[in-house]
Amino acid sequence: MKKSTKPLKTRDEREGSPWTGLGAVLTKEMADHLTGARMLILDALVVLTAVGTIYTALQNIRPGANNEFLYLRLFTTAQEPLPAFVFFLAILVPLIAIALSFDSINGEFNRRTLSRILAQPVYRDALLMGKFLGGLMTLTMVFSAIWLLIFGIGILRLGVPPTAEETGRALWFLLGTIFYGGIWMALAMLFSTVFRSSATAALASIAVWAFFIFFWNIVVGLVTPLLAPDQITNLEQLVAASQSQMVLTRISPLTLYADIATIMLQPTERFLGFVLPVQLDRAIEAPLPLAQSVLVI
Amino acid sequence: MSDLVLEAKGLTKQYGDFVAVDHLDLSIRRGEVFGLLGPNGAGKTTTILMLLGLTEPTGGEVSVLGFDPARQPLSVKKRVGYMPDQVGFYDDLTARENLIYIAKLNGIPRDQIKRRVEEAIERVRLSHVIDQRTATFSRGMRQRLGLADVLIKNPQLIIMDEPTQGLDPELAHEFLDLIHSLKTEGTTILLSSHLLHQVQAICDRVGLFSQGRMVLQGTVSELARKVLGGAYRIQLQAEGPAAKLRKALEGLRDVNAVEMNNGAIQIEAQKDVRADAAEAVIQAGGRLQGLSVEAQSLDDIYTRYFEEVRNEKVN
Ligand SMILES: Nc1ncnc2c1ncn2[C@@H]1O[C@H](COP(=O)(O)OP(=O)(O)O)[C@@H](O)[C@H]1O
Ligand SMILES: [Mg+2]
Repeated sequence: MKKSTKPLKTRDEREGSPWTGLGAVLTKEMADHLTGARMLILDALVVLTAVGTIYTALQNIRPGANNEFLYLRLFTTAQEPLPAFVFFLAILVPLIAIALSFDSINGEFNRRTLSRILAQPVYRDALLMGKFLGGLMTLTMVFSAIWLLIFGIGILRLGVPPTAEETGRALWFLLGTIFYGGIWMALAMLFSTVFRSSATAALASIAVWAFFIFFWNIVVGLVTPLLAPDQITNLEQLVAASQSQMVLTRISPLTLYADIATIMLQPTERFLGFVLPVQLDRAIEAPLPLAQSVLVI
Repeated sequence: MSDLVLEAKGLTKQYGDFVAVDHLDLSIRRGEVFGLLGPNGAGKTTTILMLLGLTEPTGGEVSVLGFDPARQPLSVKKRVGYMPDQVGFYDDLTARENLIYIAKLNGIPRDQIKRRVEEAIERVRLSHVIDQRTATFSRGMRQRLGLADVLIKNPQLIIMDEPTQGLDPELAHEFLDLIHSLKTEGTTILLSSHLLHQVQAICDRVGLFSQGRMVLQGTVSELARKVLGGAYRIQLQAEGPAAKLRKALEGLRDVNAVEMNNGAIQIEAQKDVRADAAEAVIQAGGRLQGLSVEAQSLDDIYTRYFEEVRNEKVN
């Protein structure tokens, strides 16, 4: 450890790197996740839904007929009675993130390990960050494996290799999925520091999840008319109203994720939400290149 | 470096209106074992948390090994071993794995970790279970592993909060022996306890705590002299003329009081006057049947002190 020679000026100025010990926490968390029974169950769940939906999607996809973005359609094609894999992801990713971290802090408190850890030369921030990154990296590993699995099945069954564009889009979507998981993980960790009981923290996280899945759109539907003027008389007001509605819907991580999925996986979709006829004119018929899809988000 | 390992001046902690620690002055010298003693809720744990920078003092100053725990917590925590009042481990990991994690958090170089972990576990005599999951450990084993966990960083100061809490008397003494062996190696130790009699034997100096205030501080015999007047209590069994015996004993130097109950005589004295008392009994024509000195009891000191405080208030 470096020793700082200059005197500490204020009380708030803390010595040393704020991330001292981060690596140790991160390694331990990942090891815990990857060897734990909890992870095994979650893994099994994701692999099952992945394989199930991909195989039904394959039955629906005829190579040759319309072979644009075949691999992306593995994610998005649904066939009765099974929804598409993206739909499952939108629901399952939050649950996995919550399951990994709802007891990350209060669990240590209740096991009496927290005070022992905080007596070591680490800051609380480093402990929290280490736990968060450990969870996030676990998610990354799991979903990277799932993506590889999907592409593997694709290569075997479709008989054509994925294009560079498809691979790129799938990778961006992987990033988006991990980001989406990160939001839920951060939320679950927050609850885990607020509530002493792990069960309460888990319930609170699930409640938020259920709220966004079932009720958020209803709330938005109720709130937007209140924000908008009574009578929409000109175009500007119309644009403003629809934009405020879009912002509101997008507060929900679920909508945000759906948008990411739409843009990355369905290149023919160009606009999110309300589209003005003027803008539509400028729209080009060809699918958007990858770089522009990223920009739309 | 100065001889003072720890120094606190006017250390105060308030929770809202409630004063948990009230202007505490404390200094601990290198190599001594200091006992922070007092009943539950007296403010011992709060004091310890402030010494480690785990909670911010409301007022006052602390210096631990020359560092300010509030501003330089990493330097303090690197050098000070802290054993909380309730030690928990990751039950699905082995003793070794638990300690490796702590070693890593302390930035101990990779090539030294294995050796340091094994040494620490050896010190607390748990080598035979080093690769067992801590879920299988008994209360006493956990406490010892907690000590190993502290030893792994080769601390210059060890702070233990209620180290014997929840241990049966035999295990408690075994554990105190372990602490004593650390002391003989020159480690400075601060421990807290509400079981005064249990820890008094291993403490060089003690501070008696009550309602956030340190009311008495010093060696056990200093406190005994101050509070009990007589620091020694001597028990005699003798036969003979009662009046004559009493007179002879009361006439001895350093004797404060003599209490007689048939053949059982109790003497309170400032020194260990056993030899003089035995002689006096024989010269007074009595027959000595038994003689023993009772260790000064901190519990007595504590109780007596508060009786006096109460009496003063009443008067
Ligand atoms: N976080 C806290 N908030 C409010 N009061 C507290 C807190 N921690 C301790 N106290 C109070 O401070 C007093 C001293 O507590 P503590 O230091 O734990 O005593 P001891 O360790 O001597 O038993 C107690 O009355 C306790 O209720
Ligand atoms: Mg306590």
